Amino acid sequence: MSSTFETVVGIICETCDIPRETITPESHAINDLGIDSLDFLDVAFAIDKAFGIKMPLEQWTQEVNEGKVSSDQYFVLQHLCANIDKLVAAKPA
Amino acid sequence: MRLEYFQMVDRITALDPAAGLVRADCHVPEASPVFEGHFPGHPILPGVLMIETMAQTGGWLVIATLRFTRMAFLAQVKEAKLRAFVSPGQDLQTEARLLHDGSGYAMVEGRMMSAGKAVASAEITYRVVPFPNETLRTQMLATARRVGVPEEYLHGE
Repeated sequence: MSSTFETVVGIICETCDIPRETITPESHAINDLGIDSLDFLDVAFAIDKAFGIKMPLEQWTQEVNEGKVSSDQYFVLQHLCANIDKLVAAKPA
Repeated sequence: MRLEYFQMVDRITALDPAAGLVRADCHVPEASPVFEGHFPGHPILPGVLMIETMAQTGGWLVIATLRFTRMAFLAQVKEAKLRAFVSPGQDLQTEARLLHDGSGYAMVEGRMMSAGKAVASAEITYRVVPFPNETLRTQMLATARRVGVPEEYLHGE
């Protein structure tokens, strides 16, 4: 989790020009860090590449829009990193 | 090309979704109202239409990869380089290579050539979403057949 978090923070800093010290595990990517949906595509691309995964953004967005889950579930960084770790663990060997 | 209708791609010459590659031919018309304003006495294809042409080329790759279950809308252009003027009557070859097939988005590297020389290039991002209505999907299918997208890529998986 910690190394995943560091990687994600590095990606956010680089792609969105956000100071590292403002990013915490409790930060919400959209509500706290102000990353808009277009910038988040750059973040998603960098995460997909860095971890060799395909984050299911369509599914996550749909679940949030339908009120099935809070956006915190996917966009608060500690939860985002936990989801990344699950996707990495589920990758075919 | 029919610039006034944003029909930029004339013919798909190669399409290989598995390899993430598409190539197309585009013939710039001899005359168009676009050239009357851009520019008087020095008609050249506007740079935004060069970018649009690369975006449409890559868009066919993305849509064909998804077998027309989704539409690709231009969302972002990076590193756009317009290296040479393009004149009325000029023949262009475009190419796009898939950089990433994401969830709800895709990225390609687009190139435009003429007579073997690089004319333009850009990294292009699309939002990939369900077709907003059947009218657009039907029109896109008709256009796909006109430009020569193989039938095998026109139907949902």
